[in-house]
Amino acid sequence: MHIKDDHYTRLLQGLAYAVIIIGSLACLIPFLLIISASLTANESIIKDGYHLIPAQFSVEGYKTVFIFPDEVLRAYGVTLFTTVTGTLLGLFFMTMAGYVLARKDFKYRNTFSFYIYFTTLFGGGLVPWYIMMTKYLHLTDSYGALIFPGLMTPFLIILMKNFIRSAVPEELFESAKIDGAGDFRIYWRIVLQLSMPGIATVGLFLALAYWNDWFSSSLFINDPHKYQLQFHLYNVINSAAFIANMGAGTGVSLGSDLPTESTKMAMAIVVTGPILFLYPFIQRYFVKGLTIGAVKG
Amino acid sequence: MRQRTRKTGTPLAIELPVQGGGPAASPLGAGTIKKKKKGFLHELIHNRVLFLMLLPTLLFFLVNSYFPMVGVYYAFTQFDFNSGLFDAPFVGFKNFEFLWKSGTLVKLTLNTIGYNLAFILLGNVLAIVCAILLSELRVKWFKKLTQSIMFLPYFVSFVILSVIVYNVFNYDSGFLNTLLARFGAGPVDVYNKPLVWIFLIILFYLWKNLGYSMVIYLAAITGISDEYYEAAKIDGAHIFQRIWYITVPMLKSTFVVLLLFSLGSIMKGQFDLFYQLIGNNGVLYNTTDILDTYVFRSLKVTFDIGMATAAGLYQSLFGFILIMTVNYIIRKINDDYALF
Repeated sequence: MHIKDDHYTRLLQGLAYAVIIIGSLACLIPFLLIISASLTANESIIKDGYHLIPAQFSVEGYKTVFIFPDEVLRAYGVTLFTTVTGTLLGLFFMTMAGYVLARKDFKYRNTFSFYIYFTTLFGGGLVPWYIMMTKYLHLTDSYGALIFPGLMTPFLIILMKNFIRSAVPEELFESAKIDGAGDFRIYWRIVLQLSMPGIATVGLFLALAYWNDWFSSSLFINDPHKYQLQFHLYNVINSAAFIANMGAGTGVSLGSDLPTESTKMAMAIVVTGPILFLYPFIQRYFVKGLTIGAVKG
Repeated sequence: MRQRTRKTGTPLAIELPVQGGGPAASPLGAGTIKKKKKGFLHELIHNRVLFLMLLPTLLFFLVNSYFPMVGVYYAFTQFDFNSGLFDAPFVGFKNFEFLWKSGTLVKLTLNTIGYNLAFILLGNVLAIVCAILLSELRVKWFKKLTQSIMFLPYFVSFVILSVIVYNVFNYDSGFLNTLLARFGAGPVDVYNKPLVWIFLIILFYLWKNLGYSMVIYLAAITGISDEYYEAAKIDGAHIFQRIWYITVPMLKSTFVVLLLFSLGSIMKGQFDLFYQLIGNNGVLYNTTDILDTYVFRSLKVTFDIGMATAAGLYQSLFGFILIMTVNYIIRKINDDYALF
């Protein structure tokens, strides 16, 4: 019996290592492809295509990105601004909401929870929302259009509420009240201090969504100076791909001012760089968020 | 969030005489009665700070989610951006009729639900398998490292996904055709093969989201008490039996919760994924067009506002009815799993 178990255990270990290694490689290789292409000379890509290891090493892609850095720097600025502003505002609102909904003595918390949750069940759809944003709120080409839609999500509010519930015991509210602290003071001095890990998690979820947002730009922004970073990248990739396809069809040669293959890939790395760099440090907060968020709110 | 939700604010209070005193001081029965009798206005004044703190959130959802619901009116009009907002001629159900008769609605519905089912089933099964295998790894640093790597794609934007697809599949210099050329095979024009994209979309969905669900399942596995495994070991169960008879059943509740959440949004497509992979490549629409991409195109490319609103409303309503039905059935079977 014991020998059989050992045998099976070894079999499973082998299987586990094989599957996990293959899975990890599948997750890594696409990034390696982009990194490799960004470090390959453009002629080499045109001639032999993309490789996993640069066929002809060169940093000209990055050089081109930074010779005319205006556009990409501006897009960086827009994204940084919307990410920081949106995250801080959203955190402020959502921590307050989470705190109020976590207070068991707040009578209408269930009604309001449902009011928030219901928006995930039914909605007016994209078009009425778009018309409201553009025709009623006049947010076309404004930073408001980039910040407002992402401020809060029902999921994050519920997550925040659960975090506060688990971090601040109910009795603490009671005793603080008896000591004469007001509702906002309890929030500001106690709840915020005690639920810092939760706030970091929710804040990072929020910041990631803002950083990766391209949809708001594509819907509401016509002025290229206000494009978010991701949408800027999207345009660089797609305008070039579109013109290249047209060129291939008609036999017309490509314009020389088009971004070269290696530039496009370098741009992708420049855009994703901060995420890849910060990832090892912030990853655990997301893991924590998922672990707590999986509990039904 | 259940029954109480619907009953708060109902005018039960009318029949009860007014009584003084805090709810904490009163006996159980009287306490509940007294709570009911204090009106909304009283609460509003008494807890004004709390209400004020909740106000931004309430306003946000009012503007961002509830206001647009009024706009479903456009679904019944022939809306034109140039004429005023309420000048659009009313056409009744014409938009829906067109969507139905042209077969668009059926195709979009089948595509949306089909892809989502594939995402849900494959996503969960693979995530469970990977989570179990990962939890069996014994080298700590390797376990941490691989978990991080498999969670990584969740963090990059969908635009990067389109860069990857471009890098691998573009006709002239893509990695795939480079690889094929090395083996002496001719190049493949993937962008012209609609059927391949069914597979590719599912593949890239899994690539992006597997790590996310894997982390959730991994947390659930970590929560299983060691005692079960010890006991099973003493009883002579080998490792595969221990996984099959302990780990898998213990993941059931996590699985059901995740399943229900995703069933609730089965009519909502992964817009980012589809749009970044397919874009405006009409050749592929038959197999890859979902409700969300159709609505977006009608809005931004063909400017068919009435039609786009109609398709969006259909999506919302159909999804709403689905989730209500699912929730109703779940409540009948097992109340604990009900969403609300």
